[in-house]
Amino acid sequence: MAAVRTKGEMLRHRLSIISLLVILALFLAPIFWITATAFKPRNLATTVPPTVFFQPEFSPFVKLMTKRSQLRSAPTAEVYNAAPWWEQTVFDGGEKVVRSGKGEVQLSGFPSRFLNSLIIAITSTVLAVGMGTITAYGFSRFKVAGEDDWLFFILSTRMLPPVVVAIPMFLMYRVVGLNDTHLGLIILYTAFNLSFSVWLMKGFIDEIPKEYEDAALVDGYTRMQAFFRIVLPEAATGIAATAVFCFITAWNEYAFALIMTNKRAQTAPPFIPSQVGSGLPDWTVIAAGTFLFLVPVAIFTFLLRNHLLRGMSFGAIRK
Amino acid sequence: MAHIELKGVSKSFAGVPAIRDIDLDIADGEFFVLLGETGAGKTTTLRMIAGLEKPTTGRVWIDGQDVTDWGAAARDVALVLQQYSLYPRYTVRQNLEFPLRSPIRPIAEAEIATRIAKVAATLRIEHLLDRKTDRLSGGEMQRVSIGRAIVRTPKVFLMDEPLSALDAKLREALRGELKSLQMDLGETFLFVTHDQVEAMSMGDRVGVLNKGALVQVGSPQEIYGNPVNTFVARAVGTPAMNLLTGVWAGGRAELGAMVFDHPGGQGAAGRGLVFGVRPEDLVLGGDGVEAVVTDIENHGVEKIISLSAGGQALRATVPVTVKFLRGDTVPVGWQAARVVVFDAKSGQSLRHGG
Repeated sequence: MAAVRTKGEMLRHRLSIISLLVILALFLAPIFWITATAFKPRNLATTVPPTVFFQPEFSPFVKLMTKRSQLRSAPTAEVYNAAPWWEQTVFDGGEKVVRSGKGEVQLSGFPSRFLNSLIIAITSTVLAVGMGTITAYGFSRFKVAGEDDWLFFILSTRMLPPVVVAIPMFLMYRVVGLNDTHLGLIILYTAFNLSFSVWLMKGFIDEIPKEYEDAALVDGYTRMQAFFRIVLPEAATGIAATAVFCFITAWNEYAFALIMTNKRAQTAPPFIPSQVGSGLPDWTVIAAGTFLFLVPVAIFTFLLRNHLLRGMSFGAIRK
Repeated sequence: MAHIELKGVSKSFAGVPAIRDIDLDIADGEFFVLLGETGAGKTTTLRMIAGLEKPTTGRVWIDGQDVTDWGAAARDVALVLQQYSLYPRYTVRQNLEFPLRSPIRPIAEAEIATRIAKVAATLRIEHLLDRKTDRLSGGEMQRVSIGRAIVRTPKVFLMDEPLSALDAKLREALRGELKSLQMDLGETFLFVTHDQVEAMSMGDRVGVLNKGALVQVGSPQEIYGNPVNTFVARAVGTPAMNLLTGVWAGGRAELGAMVFDHPGGQGAAGRGLVFGVRPEDLVLGGDGVEAVVTDIENHGVEKIISLSAGGQALRATVPVTVKFLRGDTVPVGWQAARVVVFDAKSGQSLRHGG
């Protein structure tokens, strides 16, 4: 900018840039660490001091996705050359990919866990935001008897720490057969996020003038049509912000996933650390899992970034 | 075109009465103005006619049909609000199309285009059609809002203070436009406002609301010249009607130290009264009570003279050519025939049975 600055302003400007850089470095350091480790050969993962410059490898991701075993002896040149490039990277690390009798690659537990995470987080986010929006609209637009009590009751479901309810929930789920099912975790995360979603969405919908709907009603639309054509587009910012919050909560949830699931419906968060315990920990594989785990949140947040800036301020600086 | 009737309509919100037993008859093609202060129940009345609120008791009739239990969509009325009736995400054209695309009254595409072109020409907003509504000025926005109403040819036009968010110049211009639009269309308009100038200048008839009750209905001349009580007398006219407390005895009005001739006034003897006299009905010069000029406001065509006589403050309007100086002493008289006499206790005009 061509704005003229005094000496003091210049100094303050520089100081704020420097402090921003420091803060940024602090926040980005762990992400850099994980990303770097995810692409390192195994023998460089735990060197002291840490290796910063290295030839990036793809083998941690291959190892993450497949079952593999230790090589007793190096593969013959014939076997090595016949293998696809990604399998060769595993050979290079002194391991081999396990194949079935028919020669099919045996997948590790990770891909299905990752898929479970996606299914459960997306479904519960859609449900929580959808139901939350409709509930919030009702509270915002109609006179509900005991409105404040209801809203407090909805919020109170978030007041107990998850650990307190985990055991009773586990027992209840076992009785009804929801243990280790997708549906079980979806219900749990939806319920968990719903209170949050109702409160956030109520704030956003309260800010949309009722007059918009009045005008639509008089113009010959039903309340339902007015809701979908007028209120929803106006609430898009709020919906996006709420969806990001709900998605991150459901995606990151660890405690319930650890207790309620073990195989079929297990999500990525309890799976990734469980790999530390199996044999000598291969940190590059764990880092690769963590790296992949970060990607959906990053993409989701990035797609909705325009809505988020306005949404995160909870409507405080509209216009 | 339609005629509106409210029969004994009351409305309360959570037990608090907002509208008390209103009977109202608005003729076909009439420009009717509801005048009242904030909280008087103007908007509630309007919303009940629109179908956005349901009366607690009483019936609403539009076009000879009892529509009390109908929803807003079915009533075929149009509503113009003070603000927020345009959708910020839509262009002007899309906003105008919105009422035409209602699923309840399907209209052919070609017809939609013709109607929008016609409305845009009428309101001179053709150049704005493809603009987003958040890029419009206040006056343009209100034109588009009116366009949204007239594009549909509804039975009744309801307007809730459509001009009050605009600045004075624009308000004046749109006032004239709206009135001539109504005359061109020949439709029934119900216009709600707290601005007595709007009410007096636009309305064929005016209804004055006070605390949820309809106090007086009549032509602007009736409301102005013959207010039913002191509330209406205060509500219309700038400067306001002079309201002077006193008694009547033997053809004379005794207002503290001031005494005016007042030949009429049978039945007024022996009780506390309020004499209402419009500023232009005070006569300066000639015979009368001595008064001191305390202030002069020049308004171009006329002057407003503030006077003090016998401890009471008076305001008179005189042509601008009449010269006075602050501190002058002038004799003040009144045109007795134009004086409205109210009962001091009830505030009711004696002509209206007070």
